[in-house]
Amino acid sequence: MLREDLNLCGTKHGCELGECGACAVLLDGQPVLSCLVLGVECAGRRVTTVEGLVTDGRLHPLQETFADLGAAQCGYCTPGFLVTAKALLDEHPNPSRDEIKEALSGCLCRCTGYQQIFEAVEAAIAGGGGASSAPTEEPGVR
Amino acid sequence: MNIIGTPRRRVDGRAKVTGQTKFADDVMLPRMAHCKLLRSTMPHARLVRVDVSRALAHPGVYLALTGRDFPRTYGILPVSQDEHALAVDVVRFVGDPVAAIIARDELTAFEALDLIDVEYEPLRTFADPEDSLAFAEPRIHDYGDQGNIHKIVSLQFGDIDKALAGADEVFEDTFFYQGNTHLPIEQHAAVAAKDPDGKLVLWSSTQTPHYVHRALAKALDLPAAHIRVIATPNGGGFGGKSDPFNHEVVVCKAALALDRPVKICLTREEVFYCHRGRHPVLMQFKTGVKRDGTITGMHVRTLLDGGAYGSYGVASTFYTGALQTVTYHIPTYHFQGCRVFTNKPPCGPKRGHGTPQSRFGQEIQLDKIAEKLRIDPAELRLRIVERPDTLTANYLRVGTIGLAECIRRVTSKSNWANMHGKLPQGRGVGLACSSYLSGAGLPIYWNDMPHSGVQLKLDRSGGVTVFCGATEIGQGSDDVLVGCVAEILGVAPIDVRAVTGDTDLTPVDLGSYSSRVTLMMGNAAIQAAERARDLLADAVSRKLAVPQDRLVFAGGRVFDTERADRGVAFAEAVCLAETAFGTIGTTGSYTPPRSAAKFKGGGVGPSPTYSYSAAVVEVEVDASTGWVHVPRVWIAHDIGRSLNPTLVRGQVEGSVYMALGEALMEEQTFRRLPPRLSHALVHKFPSMLEYKSPTTLDMPEVFTELVENPDPRGPFGAKEVGQGPLLPVMPAVANAVYDAIGVRIDEVPITPEKIVKALDAKAAGRPPRYGPARFPDIAWPPPLQVPPPWEGGDGKAVRTPNVERQASDVEPQPSAAGDRS
Repeated sequence: MLREDLNLCGTKHGCELGECGACAVLLDGQPVLSCLVLGVECAGRRVTTVEGLVTDGRLHPLQETFADLGAAQCGYCTPGFLVTAKALLDEHPNPSRDEIKEALSGCLCRCTGYQQIFEAVEAAIAGGGGASSAPTEEPGVR
Repeated sequence: MNIIGTPRRRVDGRAKVTGQTKFADDVMLPRMAHCKLLRSTMPHARLVRVDVSRALAHPGVYLALTGRDFPRTYGILPVSQDEHALAVDVVRFVGDPVAAIIARDELTAFEALDLIDVEYEPLRTFADPEDSLAFAEPRIHDYGDQGNIHKIVSLQFGDIDKALAGADEVFEDTFFYQGNTHLPIEQHAAVAAKDPDGKLVLWSSTQTPHYVHRALAKALDLPAAHIRVIATPNGGGFGGKSDPFNHEVVVCKAALALDRPVKICLTREEVFYCHRGRHPVLMQFKTGVKRDGTITGMHVRTLLDGGAYGSYGVASTFYTGALQTVTYHIPTYHFQGCRVFTNKPPCGPKRGHGTPQSRFGQEIQLDKIAEKLRIDPAELRLRIVERPDTLTANYLRVGTIGLAECIRRVTSKSNWANMHGKLPQGRGVGLACSSYLSGAGLPIYWNDMPHSGVQLKLDRSGGVTVFCGATEIGQGSDDVLVGCVAEILGVAPIDVRAVTGDTDLTPVDLGSYSSRVTLMMGNAAIQAAERARDLLADAVSRKLAVPQDRLVFAGGRVFDTERADRGVAFAEAVCLAETAFGTIGTTGSYTPPRSAAKFKGGGVGPSPTYSYSAAVVEVEVDASTGWVHVPRVWIAHDIGRSLNPTLVRGQVEGSVYMALGEALMEEQTFRRLPPRLSHALVHKFPSMLEYKSPTTLDMPEVFTELVENPDPRGPFGAKEVGQGPLLPVMPAVANAVYDAIGVRIDEVPITPEKIVKALDAKAAGRPPRYGPARFPDIAWPPPLQVPPPWEGGDGKAVRTPNVERQASDVEPQPSAAGDRS
């Protein structure tokens, strides 16, 4: 429904059985695996996909740090990681490395080895831009 | 350097974090139909009847296809053209595609699959390589070296018997490396359509659009010029999207027949059947050493379980014996390799392609040798590291070697000297090393053309567009391409647009495999950019009356190095050049140096340069449960030069991650259904639920060290990083387990069950080991004799027994390796 009816293709599918986390979205702010949720279950509830993380044309701090610090390689699992990390930070503004690992343990990434993902979440907590990265270039900016 | 070497957001970073990267399954076209494949439920059977009439009558079904619609074969290697898009006469594994349904939507297509009537006549199932060695009939394929042996080779570099006889000690060990699969999170998907001119377009999650282009032309009997293949960014590849696949051929045929777009997205179960992953390999290492650790000779035997099709298997077979000599000096070397067909999903290239298996055996055996000789394992390796600028016994040209430095870095950072053999029972550390190609030296099909081409278009606005056939599979090839061009032209990466992986628009790059892209595409990109820079410099030099060699390209300007205020904006430089020379477009290309190996089989292994890695892995082993916990990994990688350190680190850590999955849990295994069902040989767990891979909670801390010693053959000195750092981790885990609890686990995955069995054996006074007991007897052909360089050899075989062939009759084998991301 998200992908084909609403054309929200940012949400991915990877396993069809709730194991990989690529399809994670937020339902009333809580991460759920959209492959296991029927459209009718969402009636009257707020669904947030990766497309909803950008506000007023600005990337969410997690999106900035994920892009800057190598947390997205192929990018296929990234939307699921981003919304799951957002739910964590919305509830616990300052989680430990172990709490980050625990919160993201339902998302599989085959590219990164996770370390740069943890660092990106921590950098977003610390205040946005990737500290070890050169200043980010944005289109339309000179 | 303004861009190269600085950690930087990748050029496609924004698209990835906003969900805007358009993967193949995100391609949605008007009037698009959906395709599903019916796959064989039998492991080996003759197809007596495939009747699609009931399915065709199902409402919403547009088309049904069977093997009769695909008479022409294809396959990735010219020597293994053994695949049909849909099975003709015979099915060869559970999952082999039999028929296709194209319908108005996916659900309708699914329903119609149930309405296809298939009658099978079972044939003998070959479940195990030893079955395939024992029974020549029925043949799974009607080609191959003999019976069900696909490929059998024997290469001898020097007198191995004499070398082993001259050793102080000879070690003989047998190892088994279980198969495993790539498990990219993106399932393969493809969309085919007729373009408005009636020509075929395919969007596909492929790592090798150029080879898919060739395969489609052959399989569909169409002019290649009327086919356009667009490689969409891959949601992970790791080598699993490097073959032309059944589903790609099928949707092309369907789109042409229906004159409407046709999409297929495989299910996760089907991805397990596509496979092309790590070959299960049984291997035997016989190594002679002097008391000081010097190797006198090595004899390696490998038996590869190839599965049901050829795929890259001929290359994989040679790769199991190719790179042993690149890390350590081995003056005499004998390799015998055998790949058999079995009735399982075909194996092929996975990250490290054919080399991780034998690297596992070699590095564990070195650990055993070090213990026996009472030499520290790191010290032993430092003594025997191959020398730079050397031709090895098997004629691989080694350039720069950072291996000794890698060993020193990981042992120093991990405090190895105070850890190895000194930790309490249950804790241990292990060391291992490796090497990998920076691109295969030979293409898959024999030709002398460039392996990578780049075109550059400079716009009056100052915009730069760079075109290359390279394929973005997550590794960051677009970023490397843009980074190289931006560095030379002195513009910002964001001002460069990359157009990649499109056979209509981009010059050929052979694809994302064998860790070839950074080196080959990078060199081609530098050449194209330097040619453009020279045109601009010529025009600006005239305008400013400043000699060309005083002009600097940086910060979006072209200026006099002696007076920085005297210059022009990059856009103005382009206008000046366009005024002087007309439209500005340049090209660059890269062809690897000629291989020194002139013998049959020598085409696998040569590379412009080799990367090196060393790893120390720390483990904690629970002796009661056999559970292995890895708290820390130190890894050093000889990268030559790091182009974008953020991406390089990601490749190293991702390699460590994937390696730990292989070492500890991942396995592609099979079982028989009960006789009351079909007794068919089926995949044990074709799902992500049961095929276990490491999660965030399993991942250790990884300490990455980059050894940077620029290699003159690499772009800005860079070597590969996508595959090499995976290789040392599996044997380092095994060596660490031995250090922790004193038992040898001579196979992967190193599961708790195997550890408990080895500990039980130790307690019962049996050898403290878990692993294969024997290597089977194989009727090896007489070896091809190639004297090593120090015995006056010139890279040619001195005689070719059993074959009427001149020594000069060079027949290079196709090469290729797996790939990352």
